[in-house]
Amino acid sequence: MNRPSITWKLYIAAFYLFLFAPLFVVAIFAFNASPFPSPPWRGFTLEWFTGSGAVFGKPGVLVDPIWLESIGNSFKVAIPVALLAVLLGTVNAWVLERAEFRGKTFVAMMMLWPLVIPGVVLGISILAFFSRVTNGLEDWLQTDLDFLRPGLPLVVLGQLSFILTIATLIIAARLRKFDRALEEAAFDLGASRARVLRTVTLPFLSPALIGAGLVALLMSFENFNTTLMLVGSEAPLPIAMYGQMREGASPAINAVSLLLMLGVGGIASVFALTSKAER
Amino acid sequence: MASSTDLDIVNVTKRFGSHAAVDDVSFSVAPGEFFSILGPSGCGKTTLMRMIAGFEHPTSGDIRIRGQSMIGVPANKRPVNMVFQSLALFPMMSVGENVAYGLTCRGVSRAEADERASRMLERVGLKGFGSRRVTALSGGQRQRVAIARCLVLEPTLVLLDEPLGALDLKLREHMKIELKQLQGTFNTTFAYITHDQSEALVMSDRIAVMNQGRFEQVGSPRELYHNPATPFVASFVGETNRLQGEAAAASNGTIAVRLPSGAVVQGQGKGAAKALAFVRPEAVALAQDPASLSNLPNRFEGRVSAVLFDGAASSLLIDTTGFEQPVRAVLPQAGPLAGIQVGAPVHVGWTADAMKVFAA
Amino acid sequence: MIAKQASRLTLFLLLAPAILWLGLLIVLPHVEILVLSFSERVAPRVYAFGFGNYLEFFTEPLYWRTFARTAFMSILVTALTLVLAFPIALYIARVAQGRLKAMLLLLCLLPFWVSELVRTLGWMILLRETGVISYALRSMGVASQPVELLYNDGAVILGLVYGGLLFMIVPLANALESLEPAVVEAGYDLGGSRWTVLRRIVIPHAMPGIVAGCIIVFMLTVGNFATPVLLGGKNGLWFTEQIYAQFITRFNWPQGAAFGMLLLLLSSAIVWLGLRLTGQSLGTTLKQA
Repeated sequence: MNRPSITWKLYIAAFYLFLFAPLFVVAIFAFNASPFPSPPWRGFTLEWFTGSGAVFGKPGVLVDPIWLESIGNSFKVAIPVALLAVLLGTVNAWVLERAEFRGKTFVAMMMLWPLVIPGVVLGISILAFFSRVTNGLEDWLQTDLDFLRPGLPLVVLGQLSFILTIATLIIAARLRKFDRALEEAAFDLGASRARVLRTVTLPFLSPALIGAGLVALLMSFENFNTTLMLVGSEAPLPIAMYGQMREGASPAINAVSLLLMLGVGGIASVFALTSKAER
Repeated sequence: MASSTDLDIVNVTKRFGSHAAVDDVSFSVAPGEFFSILGPSGCGKTTLMRMIAGFEHPTSGDIRIRGQSMIGVPANKRPVNMVFQSLALFPMMSVGENVAYGLTCRGVSRAEADERASRMLERVGLKGFGSRRVTALSGGQRQRVAIARCLVLEPTLVLLDEPLGALDLKLREHMKIELKQLQGTFNTTFAYITHDQSEALVMSDRIAVMNQGRFEQVGSPRELYHNPATPFVASFVGETNRLQGEAAAASNGTIAVRLPSGAVVQGQGKGAAKALAFVRPEAVALAQDPASLSNLPNRFEGRVSAVLFDGAASSLLIDTTGFEQPVRAVLPQAGPLAGIQVGAPVHVGWTADAMKVFAA
Repeated sequence: MIAKQASRLTLFLLLAPAILWLGLLIVLPHVEILVLSFSERVAPRVYAFGFGNYLEFFTEPLYWRTFARTAFMSILVTALTLVLAFPIALYIARVAQGRLKAMLLLLCLLPFWVSELVRTLGWMILLRETGVISYALRSMGVASQPVELLYNDGAVILGLVYGGLLFMIVPLANALESLEPAVVEAGYDLGGSRWTVLRRIVIPHAMPGIVAGCIIVFMLTVGNFATPVLLGGKNGLWFTEQIYAQFITRFNWPQGAAFGMLLLLLSSAIVWLGLRLTGQSLGTTLKQA
């Protein structure tokens, strides 16, 4: 098995071609001077990034308020999701790794559960539940609680429901590797509990905290299924893209995708670097 | 009140549920002393040490440091520092930051802490290592950093929890000597716990042998080796031949023990219906001519069943008439028997003094 | 006593986020759709308990056919993904060394960090009537007319397999990685052929990874929405689409909730069955991934 056959090697090569072909065509056609993202090649242009719309009738991504707004919406969701996931994930990791109480295995099982629920079902269940809660509260308080209606805050909650599991697992895995003797040593050398946490435990956890934050950011940015069910009038990027793709999009969508790939590639390499530093 | 001892343990008991991990232990450690607690794993020595450090709390009894009771004093407020089994060097800090850590916790300014840390590193032979990562150090160097990190705080007492356990054999031998020398130069009181009798014997001024939560005997390495107080100490400290039998007649301070085969050995100590007798391999005299052993009260003949060659520590296993187990005897490599082969007949003998008898 | 109370308080504070999260975002919402799925509209704005939504599912052929089709195609996709991914995982885990290995794994990961929508867009540009493949076939003279490769089952399966590959390769490679080379060598040494060694040693060892990969791919496939809708068009017919239609387009929440429960049931049943048949536990399976 150590000397791979030529067929095997060819298969590997074909596989990687297959893997990258779709991304490659998306990137290429972002620069095609044509109103549609299809062959033939009509020349190189940056019109779909920065064009004002004078040439093809539709503006480029970086000047089109629709695209810019949806990118902004994605950030409005992703940043709170990432921050909450890291913060609450750390507390959850503590519960899993440090706390001792009856029913802990049950809680640990429950924390894994969101991973086996289809995203669409998570979306509708949260939609239905919050709608009932909001109706109840509004009748009771006689005020409007629009933030609990479909919209970005509800999308944050919906994405958090399963991203929190991922963040918890990443942080708990790191916490499990922590040698408790380090905390005892710091305490023994005269540090207060708060100082031990600040100078020893958190620095040890920091690669996992950064990693969990980045993963949460990426997952939030690309989540589609759960978001689709909870979104209101302000569409995050994947929802806006979906709408455009159903209608038959202009190459502006390729331009947006290319920017997304570059952004994701950047974040992924930061993540790869931090996880390498972890080892 | 000035105290003449650095550490006093007074009737300390620690129970986990109904199990007493440490059972009514008392001892004192004098300033500058190297005190070891020796025992098999699970004997309670780690629990005892963690109570002194402040990570566990005694169920009853008192722990005093320089006369001050430590009950209710948290670990970070005790004048005691610990070298952990895993060393527990902070991987996220440099060597210098590790050593300065305790000082900065005390509110010593950054500059002064760094200064004192680098002076301490110099004293332990790690001059200029301050900015290295701890992961870039060798096993012996890490050991010294762990000790420097404690000593820089000038604690009354340094606790060492089997710190040599993770080292390989050669380095361990080397570190034994180095630790002893370090303790001498700093003249700090060390309390050392180990399951390795050789570490304890080489380094300590006094050793407490611990078994099942209790101290069996406290004394100098020589006392423990030559005058064990209990059968446990006799078999745990050093190599020994162990014989089981019943006490027969006693006269003139010697006691006779009859082995199940009917053979009788002469020893010193006390026996009851059931008795245990111990003799060290180096106390067993070997001869090919029985006449040269004629002045010894214990004389037996046997046949070499195995030659355990180990340089100066070589020994023989001898199947001896009347004994259930082969007798182990040191084989001097300079003597006439140095070249003896398996199967050769040989005579063994020892004095009554060399044989310790205990009631079983 | 005070210390005991303090530690109980700490425990409670630590548990509070988990309780809020699991309670408000997972458990109660699921109770809500369960209740909702058993309610029927008897008059405008008046609902009563009943099995109507589930009866509707079984009596309307479109619904249960879509459901069965989704389940069947998901199993097919999972099997295809496993077959395609195995040689890759084996190569990454056991043949490639050092930097090549890290590279291959990283290259596998990269496309999957990009949004599903972008990947689907790529396939649309490749497959559609005016797309790259059709254009290439015409320029090479193989086809005389534009060829529509989109909006059929093949395109849906292709897109879903593509989307599942990573989630199969990573657990497989992890499981294969842990197989000691000496064990494989012993297999050959004792006279095993390539095939026997693969079947008797490599595959049984990789079983936890195979189960983990299959479960994850199946769950993702069954719950997928964008790929079948965009690549299959009108012929996509995926069950998630029915849920979406009931909830968002028709605003018939009780019917949508019943469909949601059915999808959850299908997904959980297959996960449970997979674990049962292979004797694995959920926790260790998820850790494999």
